[in-house]
Amino acid sequence: MKYLKHLTAAAAVALLSTAAGAATLDDVKSKGVLDCGVTTGLAGFAAPDDSGKWQGFDVDFCRAVSAAVFGNPDKVKYTPTTGKTRFTALQSGEVDLLARNTTWTFSRDVDLGFEFVGVNYYDGQGFMVRKDLGVKSATELDGATVCIQTGTTTELNLADYFRANNMSFSPVVIETNAEARANYEKGACDVYTTDRSGLAATRVVLPDPGAHVVLPEIISKEPLGPLVRHGDNQWGDIARWTLNALVTAEELGVTQANVDSMKSSKNPEVRRLLGSEGSLGEMLGLSKDWGYHVIKSVGNYSEIYERHIGANTPLGLARGVNALWTSGGILYSPPFR
Amino acid sequence: MADRTYEIGSHPDLPPPVSETGVIGWLKHNLFSTWYNSLGTIFILYLLYLALPPLVDWTLLSAVWGGNSNQECWAVTREGACWGFIDNRFSFLMYGFYDSDAYWRPNLVGIIFILAMIPVLFRSIPGGNVAAVFLIFVFPWITVSMLYGPVNMTTMGSSVGVTIYSLVLLAGLGLGWHGRKNLNLLLMGIGFGVAYFCAIALFLRWGFGLKVIGTDKFGGLMLTLILATVSIGVSMPLGIVLALGRQNQKMPIVRTLCIGFIELVRAVPLITVLFMAQFMLPLFLPEGVDFDNIVRALVGMSLFAAAYMAEVVRGGLQAIGKGQYEAADALGLNYFLKMRFIIMPQALKIVIPGIVSTFIGLFKDTTLVLIIGLFDFLQTGVSSLADTKWNGLEHEAYFFIGLVFFVLCFGMSRYSMYLEKKLDTGYKR
Amino acid sequence: MAVEVESSPRTHWWNDERIRAILVQVLVVGLFAGFIWFIVDNTAINMEKRGLKAGFGFMDDIAGFQPTSPGFNITNFDVNISTHSEVFFLGLVNTLMIAAVGIVLATIVGFVFGVMRLSDNILIKFVAAVYVEGTRNIPLLLQILAWYLGVILAVFPAVRKSWDWGEVIFFNNRYIAFPSPIPQSGFWIFMASVAIAIVAVVFLRRWAHQRQDATGQQFPVFWASVAILIGLPTVVWFITGQPLAWDVPELKGFNYRGGGQLPASFLGMLFALTFYTGAFIAENVRAGIQSVSHGQTEAAYAVGLRPGTTTRLIIIPQALRVIVPPVTSQYLNLTKNSSLAIAIGYPDLVNIFTGISLNQTGNAVEIILMTMLVYLTISLLISAYMNWYNKRVALVER
Repeated sequence: MKYLKHLTAAAAVALLSTAAGAATLDDVKSKGVLDCGVTTGLAGFAAPDDSGKWQGFDVDFCRAVSAAVFGNPDKVKYTPTTGKTRFTALQSGEVDLLARNTTWTFSRDVDLGFEFVGVNYYDGQGFMVRKDLGVKSATELDGATVCIQTGTTTELNLADYFRANNMSFSPVVIETNAEARANYEKGACDVYTTDRSGLAATRVVLPDPGAHVVLPEIISKEPLGPLVRHGDNQWGDIARWTLNALVTAEELGVTQANVDSMKSSKNPEVRRLLGSEGSLGEMLGLSKDWGYHVIKSVGNYSEIYERHIGANTPLGLARGVNALWTSGGILYSPPFR
Repeated sequence: MADRTYEIGSHPDLPPPVSETGVIGWLKHNLFSTWYNSLGTIFILYLLYLALPPLVDWTLLSAVWGGNSNQECWAVTREGACWGFIDNRFSFLMYGFYDSDAYWRPNLVGIIFILAMIPVLFRSIPGGNVAAVFLIFVFPWITVSMLYGPVNMTTMGSSVGVTIYSLVLLAGLGLGWHGRKNLNLLLMGIGFGVAYFCAIALFLRWGFGLKVIGTDKFGGLMLTLILATVSIGVSMPLGIVLALGRQNQKMPIVRTLCIGFIELVRAVPLITVLFMAQFMLPLFLPEGVDFDNIVRALVGMSLFAAAYMAEVVRGGLQAIGKGQYEAADALGLNYFLKMRFIIMPQALKIVIPGIVSTFIGLFKDTTLVLIIGLFDFLQTGVSSLADTKWNGLEHEAYFFIGLVFFVLCFGMSRYSMYLEKKLDTGYKR
Repeated sequence: MAVEVESSPRTHWWNDERIRAILVQVLVVGLFAGFIWFIVDNTAINMEKRGLKAGFGFMDDIAGFQPTSPGFNITNFDVNISTHSEVFFLGLVNTLMIAAVGIVLATIVGFVFGVMRLSDNILIKFVAAVYVEGTRNIPLLLQILAWYLGVILAVFPAVRKSWDWGEVIFFNNRYIAFPSPIPQSGFWIFMASVAIAIVAVVFLRRWAHQRQDATGQQFPVFWASVAILIGLPTVVWFITGQPLAWDVPELKGFNYRGGGQLPASFLGMLFALTFYTGAFIAENVRAGIQSVSHGQTEAAYAVGLRPGTTTRLIIIPQALRVIVPPVTSQYLNLTKNSSLAIAIGYPDLVNIFTGISLNQTGNAVEIILMTMLVYLTISLLISAYMNWYNKRVALVER
């Protein structure tokens, strides 16, 4: 039977398949592309543009990891996943990295066999309603019809919240964000609930964003972050420290524009980050200047944020808790040392 | 005039009454023959009056041609369609994420396919047999190479591998020729089979030396067509084997297994088969082996189509008279020769319309892959609506996608009817 | 004279067809068993690696999500205590419900358009052809999305501007709210009277039939049946003092409360399934009617039957023989196609059980197998019925 397995494995490898061995990094290097799981379309986070190129906050994280591994941000193969298929995709080795605004929870981290490499966006589940309903607080939502996107923790949080407040609701459970929005827009539900970033992303694509309001309640903690399969620490480290590099770069003032000149900076941490000094890259199994490539290709955390979801984008999300710890947020990277 | 009398038999022929000829007669016969027919006519005319003018107005008269976002269109009018959406998103709808400088690759494959299909579809054009052999044995690999590019095979990574494959190819050819000379079918089959396999491997390795474009880039109408044609192509041989197994009276176990598979698959919705391919296939395979998303969908759809194909082929087998089987037996043909030269050529001819309608069904069903996250034609349209620039244009998206599906499926069903009519004559005495 | 028959040495045992068949089957069974073992073995290893627990224990866990609205909750699902097995049950009931209603409506639509396609009136014929070809050649999923997003959500009003029928039934783009009956004391007497009326009608028909066979006299069975079916329950209704109260929906807060609701997703599915399947049934009906030769009609006229009776007793029974088998498989298709409800959020089996429960518990193998088993059972029941029917109506050949 062992022999049969090897045979099938060999046959399958020969036939257009991807093998997920223990050492993901070697795997990725030999494939020449990074398999990255993203959403099937959520404005600002990951969505195909008119020419069919993936754009967004999560997409840029994939690009950052690709830059770290290959020195080139474009060696990414994007696999769109739905709320249902994302975990199977990662477990089965179809993707090497899942950057798909996924909430870090105990059971996902421990039971499902994943490893969250950090948090790239601190979120929480909220509610959006029409202004003309006159609702000021989520506790006034008794009996409302609520649009939910399925395949997420959202439906459990929602049921819990309404039970805790002794209220009832009618769910309209929808498969994708686009359809949930269409339902909400046409008045098929009073409330749309999802992560507040998602609400903002949805609100801007409504015909009259001003007529809708996001309620103050945040009914859950939703730390969204990229994740990898459990068990390959080297690969987990690469993803984790790529994320940390983005944050640290912002802290140290390294940007896409000045990264070349910063390479010869006097600050030892900048030098270590960009590979002008020390051998942090080699420790990860990457090139010496992996940090440089990351920042050069996608910019630091703040640049990615402002490019896709920040105040000057249609989403217009303020940094809030996602600001650096030095400016009142909770974004904090361990030191590069 | 009126009181003129005629001899019996000498009355001149009069023209038919006005109410029976010309426009009035036609109207009377076709639209107002009875009171309920008249009522129906008036009712339908009224419905058409209600439905058609707004439809024409929306799609054509008031429509905004061009326009680079919903706001631009709506600034002109909200009463008409915004076709700039389709225009701007056209290549995305057609090719998905495929590299825009490589659109010629799927286009060329499409042209080759159509050119090769013409003699197969219309028997009056010569070259049908050559084209069929080309379509079955050569075209699939050309398609893979053109769309994907060179396939990276572990056994072919080095020049050593390539050399071994080439040597085996030559050896296979030699063996095949040898078998052919000695009329040894077994040797011939093995020899040419091995040679064919090696040739494919070498060809895929070369792949026209094009740039690799991963399956993640496949999308839009192109992906829909790939999914439908590949699964119908794979399901054909599978379906024939299953149908033969089901018809085989001498092997009860094989028969039971075939019936079990066919009935099970036909009983469940495609979406559960896709879920199975998505969630269970990775569990079935050994650690470290996994296909990508599209291949998984293909596996599910092919198995699904095979069950339906088996029933279509079975219909053909049952339509062949018992005398044909007996005549073949009387000639002393064994099972394979009997099936290959007597039964199958007749049966497959009968079932072509059935195959076409299975194909139409499958073609429409490919839209379900959006539920497992593939960007097929429908999903590219739906996800385009998620763009801030294009949201709120559902009607345009559905109208366009529906129209394309309609044109393709309707064309195929007409062809199937034409074929049915043509094939029918052969069986009438 | 005894003839020595020597067994022919020319045939070797491997050329014996029976032995070959056995060998091939042994091989196939071996391969099949190996394949199954391979899959099961891999699945076991993979599930252990991924920390998935096999078994049906998850069915008793509290589901924790609300799959359906309070107004459309046939199985009394309670988010506080209901388990995944109740999710399964709710999904099953919803699937069967949309299938049942869809089958009835699709049959009506199919027969109407099938007859229309054979009309003398070319306009009617044309409209029927456009409908049939149009719906048959466009993917059902697209039709579902178009009906729901393009028609129901767009055409029906918002909940506060609901259309109403006499202030008791309300239409909006979320649902149709309708009053639900509340039986009062004495309601069972009314129900009993309905049952008695039905039994009476059955006996009446039998008696009339026998009398016609014996004496040739006809009895106005139809009108008598109508009189009994309507008359008896009506009388009892008023005698028992109208034993039914109505829970009329009322706009309170965000939604209508009280009564029952048919969600918009149900209507969207229903429209799409009805018209899609109806087109296929129309084709079957047309083929069935065309299969009855005109000679049958002429023969019926020749023995003195009137046109109505001819259609009822001669044409339809023969056409049905051709129509029923393909239409039955259309019913099965409709049931299977109801699984597309996932696209617009109708809480059917695939949507809430194979969808949400799977996602929450991760027990993919068990849940997908259970779902398949359900559809397999439905399919087997329908084919059993079809076989029974085919036997019943099969032509008795000479």
